Amino acid sequence: MSRVAIGRSGSIRPVAQRPGLTLAAWRAAQPRTPLSASSDPSASVDVATIPGSSGPLAAQGLGCRRGRRLLFSGLDMRLEPGSITWLRGTNGSGKTSLMRILAGLSHAAEGEITWGAQPLRRAGPEAMQQIIYVGHANALKEDLTLAESVAFLGVLGGLDEPLGRARRALDHLGLASRADAPVRTLSQGQRRRGALARLALDDAPRTWILDEPYDALDAASCALLTRMIEGNAARRGAVLLTSHQVVSLAGAREFDLEPWRRA
Amino acid sequence: MAMNAPAPRTLRFHMFAAPSRFYALSGKLIPWFWVATALFTIAGLYIGFFVAPTDHQQGDSYRIIFIHVPAAWMSMLIYLVMAFWAAWGWMLNARMASMYARALAPTGAMFTFVALWTGALWGKPTWGTWWVWDARLTSEFILLLLYIGYIALTEAIDDVRRAANAGALLALVGAVNIPIIYFSVRWWNTLHQGATISATAAPKMVHTMLTSMLLMTFAFWAYSFAVVFTRARAIVLEQEAETDWVREMLRRPQGK
Amino acid sequence: MTGALLSVARRDLLLARRRRVEALLPLGFFIIAAGLFPIGVGPEPQTLRVIAPGVVWVCALLAAMLSVTQMFASDHQDGSLEQMLLAPQSLITVVLGKVVAHWLSSGVPLVLMAPVIGVLFDMRAGSIGTLVITLLLGTPILSLMGSVGAALTLGLRSGAALVFLLVLPLTIPALIFGTGAVGAVDSGLSAQAHLSLLGALLIATLLGAPLATAAALRISMD
Repeated sequence: MSRVAIGRSGSIRPVAQRPGLTLAAWRAAQPRTPLSASSDPSASVDVATIPGSSGPLAAQGLGCRRGRRLLFSGLDMRLEPGSITWLRGTNGSGKTSLMRILAGLSHAAEGEITWGAQPLRRAGPEAMQQIIYVGHANALKEDLTLAESVAFLGVLGGLDEPLGRARRALDHLGLASRADAPVRTLSQGQRRRGALARLALDDAPRTWILDEPYDALDAASCALLTRMIEGNAARRGAVLLTSHQVVSLAGAREFDLEPWRRA
Repeated sequence: MAMNAPAPRTLRFHMFAAPSRFYALSGKLIPWFWVATALFTIAGLYIGFFVAPTDHQQGDSYRIIFIHVPAAWMSMLIYLVMAFWAAWGWMLNARMASMYARALAPTGAMFTFVALWTGALWGKPTWGTWWVWDARLTSEFILLLLYIGYIALTEAIDDVRRAANAGALLALVGAVNIPIIYFSVRWWNTLHQGATISATAAPKMVHTMLTSMLLMTFAFWAYSFAVVFTRARAIVLEQEAETDWVREMLRRPQGK
Repeated sequence: MTGALLSVARRDLLLARRRRVEALLPLGFFIIAAGLFPIGVGPEPQTLRVIAPGVVWVCALLAAMLSVTQMFASDHQDGSLEQMLLAPQSLITVVLGKVVAHWLSSGVPLVLMAPVIGVLFDMRAGSIGTLVITLLLGTPILSLMGSVGAALTLGLRSGAALVFLLVLPLTIPALIFGTGAVGAVDSGLSAQAHLSLLGALLIATLLGAPLATAAALRISMD
């Protein structure tokens, strides 16, 4: 899209366009096809050129308090593009708290979370668009159908055509037959898969923060999730996950919470 | 953090910012506040009950005003101070400020209750009824509800930070609404008033009456400092129980 | 921005429609509570006409407080609220969408039921009309202020009771202006001053409450 300026005398000259900073412009530049690799270079946009939108998500000197106890302090972590990090720690060591702080839900007792060069607090909606947090809860409404629930998550994420994307994402996860069933009628495993469907709404590389994503999944779904995670990393996204089961993700590095624990 | 640091010569603001310093300093100040309270109360009540002249309209029963009006002033003032400290603690993440706010609330509620009760005592001999819904008393009643709401909310939340911040938001919302509520209650009162005069109309102010009210106000102020600091010390001990200086202090045989 | 607002509102309305009985419980309460007054006070039309605006308004206040905790409770439990906080959409927009849906599903039925109650209390037609207008202006105020209370008491055990204590004192100005308007019309005076004040209160609440609710949600989910 080119912009022009109209001079006093009525002459018209083209104006160099700055990379779109508005959410609308950014959204317009998103690749349209959700699941195939963007084959049309002119439709996709190199996210790294949009100022402030590329991360990476990092923590410096992070401390977390639960009640009056200090769980951990002085923690440094960096989610580089293309990295898969397996967060390890015993029960109650603060893994979930750390993930919630990284996602921007909680405040840290000490230290700071940064997105690229800025604090996450100041990074604005572009940063929130880039981070997807899937916690223990599935964020699916019992009384809505699976497709409607996932579509709503797409609306929250600022994606266009949410219902269409939701159906394709559910299809990708093998839930196409249950897409119009109320969530209340689904099994635990199906709900967990439905919760993960929002990761497949589009294939822009993003920072995924996943809390126990493999729980309640059967073997086939585990394999599918592994492929999705590796795919995101391959596209220069970042993934942070916890898992009690052993993960066999290509290129995953472990991050142990133990050295920073205080309690 | 210095545990046995001697009291510094000059008072600085930031000395009240750290819980440990506040604890040490307030321990020394509280007895003085109690002394001031006693002195001002004696002076204020003496002038109010014995020196100020009898009102020709209301007789001697009006003298309750020397407690009622200062209590009402304090109830309003404390709410604003409480909202201020709560907001400070929320915005700047200052623990001590939030503890101040939490310590102020019960005292403010008490003054509101005293104002209502003395208002009723005033109304009975003067106008024959225990309660009348005039603008000031109704507003005091609503203020009491706001205090109770704040205390209930902060007590209901277990997590200290969430309780402090939620209370701060509630106190701010209340503070913003107070002028609106007061205006609407005044409006409502004039609608339903008719020809009756306000039951708590003060008699014409004589110099001694004003002096007494002022002295009682200072007395309540000193009392507030004494009581609020005492409560705040208890809150500090409770919330800072995990820190070194508290553990050390409680371990020593004579903790002061 | 309006797109997200409408999506959130539409979703909440859809959810209310699928749980129709639960959504209409506050309306049931409203009718029953208002209906108790003639039984308790006595059926003289004179008395009922005088207390009618107050009774209707107070019952509307209580019914609104009953329904307001539902605004966030369900989303809080299943994790949708977390996603709303993390979304790039402005939280204020999301809150406004929820308040609109809440008003449409809880407030508007009250407004529609008010004339029926008015007839039961032997109110004149003009008074009933003014009552409906005041409720039309007042019920959004209740939904907005209720949302602040609901957000502050999110997830607390005594949350529902606490909301009453926190929000009702703040709704007193609306109560005064609303009933004052009907009282004015009853006395043959113009209700314009009261309605203007009520309208101003609505605008002020519309500007301030979503902001406070969004801040309260962040505090509660910290």
